[in-house]
This record gives sequence, C-alpha cells and structure tokens, in this order.
Amino acid sequence: MDLLAARGQMAMSLGFHILFAVAGIAMPALMAIAEWRHLKTGDALYLELAKRWAKGTAILFAVGAVSGTVLSFELGLLWPTFMEHAGPIIGMPFSLEGFAFFLEAIFIGIYLYGWNKMGPRLHLWTGVIVAFCGAMSGIFVVAVNAWMNAPTGFTLVDGELTDIHPMHVFLSPAFPSQASHMTFAAYSAIGVLAAGIHAFALLRTPGSRFHTLALKIALTMAVVAIPLQLFTGDLAGKHIARDQPVKLAAAEAHFYTEQGASLSIGGYADMDAKERKLALEIPYALSILATNDPHATVRGLEEFPESDWPPVNVVHFAFQIMVGCGSAMFALVLWVIAAKLLKKDVTTQRLFLKACVAASPLGMIAIEAGWTVTEVGRQPWIVHGFMRTADAVTPMPGLIVPFLTFTVLYLVLGVIVIALLRAHVFKAQELG
Amino acid sequence: MNAADFVYLTMGVALVIYVLSAGADFGAGVWDLLARGSKGATQRKAIEHAIAPIWEANHVWMIFIIVVMFTAFPRAFAVVSTAFHIPLTLVLIGIVLRGAAFVFRAYGLTPDATRERYGRVFAWASAITPVFLGWVLAGMSSGAVVYEGKVMTSGYVAGWTTPYAMAVGAFALTLFAMLAAVYMTLETEGETQDDFRKRALITELVAAPIALVTFLLAPKALKDNFTQSAWFEAVQVATAVAASTAIGALVRRRYWLARACAMTQVTLIVVGWGLAMRGDFVLGVVGVHNSGTQAVTLPLLIGITLGGSVLLVPSLVVLFRAFKGARA
Repeated sequence: MDLLAARGQMAMSLGFHILFAVAGIAMPALMAIAEWRHLKTGDALYLELAKRWAKGTAILFAVGAVSGTVLSFELGLLWPTFMEHAGPIIGMPFSLEGFAFFLEAIFIGIYLYGWNKMGPRLHLWTGVIVAFCGAMSGIFVVAVNAWMNAPTGFTLVDGELTDIHPMHVFLSPAFPSQASHMTFAAYSAIGVLAAGIHAFALLRTPGSRFHTLALKIALTMAVVAIPLQLFTGDLAGKHIARDQPVKLAAAEAHFYTEQGASLSIGGYADMDAKERKLALEIPYALSILATNDPHATVRGLEEFPESDWPPVNVVHFAFQIMVGCGSAMFALVLWVIAAKLLKKDVTTQRLFLKACVAASPLGMIAIEAGWTVTEVGRQPWIVHGFMRTADAVTPMPGLIVPFLTFTVLYLVLGVIVIALLRAHVFKAQELG
Repeated sequence: MNAADFVYLTMGVALVIYVLSAGADFGAGVWDLLARGSKGATQRKAIEHAIAPIWEANHVWMIFIIVVMFTAFPRAFAVVSTAFHIPLTLVLIGIVLRGAAFVFRAYGLTPDATRERYGRVFAWASAITPVFLGWVLAGMSSGAVVYEGKVMTSGYVAGWTTPYAMAVGAFALTLFAMLAAVYMTLETEGETQDDFRKRALITELVAAPIALVTFLLAPKALKDNFTQSAWFEAVQVATAVAASTAIGALVRRRYWLARACAMTQVTLIVVGWGLAMRGDFVLGVVGVHNSGTQAVTLPLLIGITLGGSVLLVPSLVVLFRAFKGARA
C-alpha cells in the first residue's frame, strides 16, 4: 500500500512537473523568436508578442521551478535506498542540470525585468540563453532517466555499486534517443499548444494581425519539431527493442516471439489468455520498427519471467495514445506544408484554425503517455535489471497522506494556472 | 583537508549564500504579512519590486545543496530525507505555495481582490516555511536520530519536535525577517525606509534573547562541540560585535554598513552551527566520513562546480548589478 502511494506520488509529481518543464524549454524559444522578429522587422506587434509570451513563460517557469524542487527532494523522501546507491552516479547529470537551471533562473530574471536596462540586442541574447539553458537542463535530467532504463558505468558486487564511472551515465544506450525525443517533444507540444491558443483567438477575432503572427511562429516551431520527433521516436523504438525488450513487448502487447512480427493498432492484452485481442494488425511493421528488417525476430513477453513484466495494458494503452497523438500532429504538419506548396494561407482557413484548436492538447497528452510508457514500462525495476522499485521505497508509513496532500495542492495550482493563462490570452485579444 | 571536506565546506558556503539571499526573500514575506493600511500597500509594492527578479535564482542554492549532498554523501541524503520526511514535506509545501502565489500575484491578470488573496498565501507561506526549515536543521543537529545497523529506530518525529527545535524555528524566522528589513532599507526612501529601519531594529533586538534561549536549549553534544571548538570565542565575540554594529548603524541610518554587519552576523551564526556539527550531517549518525562517498565522484563534482562557477558567478553579478546596484 505504501509502495503504491509512493509510486502514485512520484508519478503525479512528475506528471505535473513535466508540463511546466516542457514549457520552460520551449516557451523561451518562442519569446526569443518573437523578439528576434521584432529586431529584424521593427514591427511593434512582435515586441508585444514577445512580452506576452514572456509573461506566460514567467508563470509556467515559476511553477516548474518549485515543482522541480519538490521532485529533487522526493527522490530521497520516497526512494532513499535508490539514492543511497545511485546518488553518486546520477548526481553527475543532476549537478550539470543544477548549473544549467541556475543560469536559466538568473537569465529569466534578467530577461523579464531587464527590458529597459540594456540594449535590445543584449536583451535578445539573454532570452536566447534562457532558451538554451532550458533545453540543456531538460537533456541532463533525461540522462538520469535514461540511466535508470539502461544503466551503465558500474559493477554490482553484493548489492553495492562499485567501480563507478559517473560520466558513463552519458554513455547509456538509452540517452541519445531519449534526450532527443524529449527535447523535440517539448517544441512539438508547445508548438501545437500555442498554435491552438492563437487559432482559437483568431476564430473569435478573425484577421487579428497579432494572433496571425503568433500562430505563424508557433506553427513554424511545430512544423520543424514534429517530423524530427517521429524520427527520434523511431530511434527510441530501435533502442528499446535492443536494450529493453520487455518494454517494447508490453507496449505492443506482444506475447509471443515472432519473426516478421506485425504492429498492433488499438486492442488490449488479455492477461488470462495471454494474447492480444481486437487489434488492427499491420504485417511486418513491428519488425521494421524494431530493426528496419521486415523479417527480424521480435521477442515476446513469453521469454521473460512474469515477475519481470510491467503492467502490460497500462503500457500498451499509453503507447497507443502517444503514437495516436503524434500521428494526428503530423497530419497537421502535412496540412501546413501542403498549403504552403499550394500557396494558400492557412491562417485564414476556419477549418484549419479549428483543427489547430482540436490538436492543441495533443502534444501534452502524448508527453504524459510517453512518460507512462517509459516509466511504467520499466517496472518492476527502478534501475533496470539491478534494483527493484519495491526495494528502494522509504520505510516511512502512511505515505498516502503526502500523496493526497500534493495531489490536492497540484490540482489547485493547475486550475489557477489555467485560469490565469486564460485571462492572459483573452486580454491579448483586445489588441485585435 | 581532503576532497570530501572541501565538498562539505562548499555545501556550507552554499548554505550561507542561501540563507543570506533566499532567507531574506522568505523574511520579506513576514513584512508583507504584517503590512497594514495605506503605508502597508507601499511596503508591499516595495517588497514585490525588490524580490521579483531574483527570488528564483536565490532559490536554486537549495537545489545545489541537495544535489551536491546526494552526489557526494548519498547515505547522508538518505538518512536526512528518511528521518525528517515530515518537516521536509512541510518545507516543500511552503516553497510551492510561496513561489506559486508570488507569481500569481505578480502577473496577476486578475481582479485586485484575487491578487490580494494570492498575496496572503505568499505572505503566510513565506512566514512559516523558515520555521519548518529551522525544525529540519534542529533535527539534524539534535543527536536524537538513532540507527541500529541499517534500520532507523528513533521514529519519524525524533529531534524536530522538541523545545530546541521550536527555538531554532523561531530563530531562523527572526533572522530571515531581520535580513529582509535591513535589505529593504536600501530599496526604499523616506517614510517607507524609516518603517523598515524600525522593523530591522526591532528584529535585531528580538534576535538576541531568542539566540540565547536556542543556545541554552541546544542538546549537550552540540553545545560541547561548539564550546570546545578552537574558534568558539572568536565566533561568539565576532557575532556579538557584528550584531551591535548593525544596531548602531541602523540607529545612525548608515544602511550600507548595517547591511554588511547583518550579513556578517548571520554568516557567523551559520558558521557557528557548522563548527558545532563537526563534519556531521545528522549529528552522531552520518557525516563527511561515513556517508558512502564514492571517491571518484569528488574530483568530478569539484570540477563541475568550479567550471560551472565560471559561468555562474559573472551571471549572478550581472543579475544583482542590474537590479540591486546603486542605480537600480
């Protein structure tokens, strides 16, 4: 029961924080781009846009900073045994992240309050630094998670980690695909979210130049990031096929080892019958996803002891949701590209604007689902193959209490943030 | 001094900076809470103006301490976060409410009544979090945490629910509020400046008896460590000199001197506590030399810290010169 509460608290804290962390990565890029356009064109609306996006960034960044602090403590509050052993290794990327985040916090202060204290070019540079440090701190944090998925750089002797090479964290085979997949996820998700918000405003005040400019910048970010996101997703798929085959088998509800395995769309895992049901199957596609070879063998859950299986249906549904959201976002990108080729202006098409509004939450949903795949898919391990989550949890009793407390706290904060951002956007409408 | 001692010392330096910077941000919340009437509105505005650009950067010192701790002294981190699970959770709730409420108010975009409500949350959370923080520090220095082998047998309320812990909580709050009031004298003018001067004087005067009570209530082992330290007399005398000079400077309205003395005073108090801890994180349980340090991490950590400082220090200088310089 306490283990479940601890996992619940960690999942909820991460699930909450990640939304703000993603905003902390991609929003500064948006505001810096807007400010750069202002310097380039002299158009005052771009400056107004930079300032408004900066205000949104400030709120999201602050909530991200405090919820990130909670997480850094929760590592010890909930998983002291994990930290006692893994601390020296994951401490390296966390130290680097600490500095990147420190610089981000310093420069966001300078950016937000320094409009009149320095030249416009210098001010733009402080925004660029915020955006860069945000991306770097995200990459360092993901390095920690990649290490938990595919640990490297130590030898296990009698339950103790010895012969430690802390910098080998960055050699984890999970690191390149996970870090790039998460970074582009941030730009993709914020790209479609911002596009959706400004499309919504355009539907209400058609022809608003302010929102048209905003929509164009946001769409550009999405159009660049989303195809890269599909590519890095493919890298991630190849990595887990090789290094975390149980996770891939669970994601696909793939029970039996097969040559030329087919990819499933939808469906569920019947855990009693040990088979996948009601899924639409695409022949050979899973083998291609895993190795690029249509006839390759893909290992099924049967090859692993059931005590090492993650909750199959949770991982399977989450994977389906992530892929589904990603595909829908890619369709939106194709629409934009097609319109560009046909020299049509999408920002005046009501149907397109409505599609943007509908797509706006998909990136965030995909991120939550993707993290569910990687985190739940690693269970029952906290360090894959070396330490079980159940062995890492604190002896502290009554963990349901902090779990519920933080849940209520974050719910309230979430509602307030949404209300504030709503007010912020509607105020922006008055600009016309 | 070996590498582990050096890292311990670095954490001490970071703790001092955290107390002097973020501590004052918390303390400012106390004055926001106590601000009344039309003068109060001016004071609140001045406080918001003073901390808005810097509080997030100041806060990161705490994250720095935590990360260094679990990298270099992982067992100490595990023990601290197990034994003080409850007060640490309270600190976190305070930090979340304080930070979130502050930005909700600063970027309000909502009617004044709602903003005022966020202001209340900010003020209360600021005023109460230092007390919880004090409880944790008191618990770490209580000597009340007991481990038998790998099992903690002293329970989850040991060390931070005693009269000593209550005194440390009150002391931390008083010092933070004092720092904030002293700093605010340099951020304001005229009547508002005089208001903060009065507040600074009052908290300086209140701090003395609380310091005495805290010392008297301190556990014997901690007191012995402190009084037997070679630096004991020097630190005691220097703290007293700094405090009285700060009071004198406030009386004579020499605010820059008052700020320097108040900062010295608080630094020396943290140093005194550090001397009494004698290299331990949880007194008598885990310290520099039995925290499962992996020797290979230390040079890397020191390298990252020094390398990071090359970027960090100039950035902090830019931040504080932009917003805290004489012309700001």
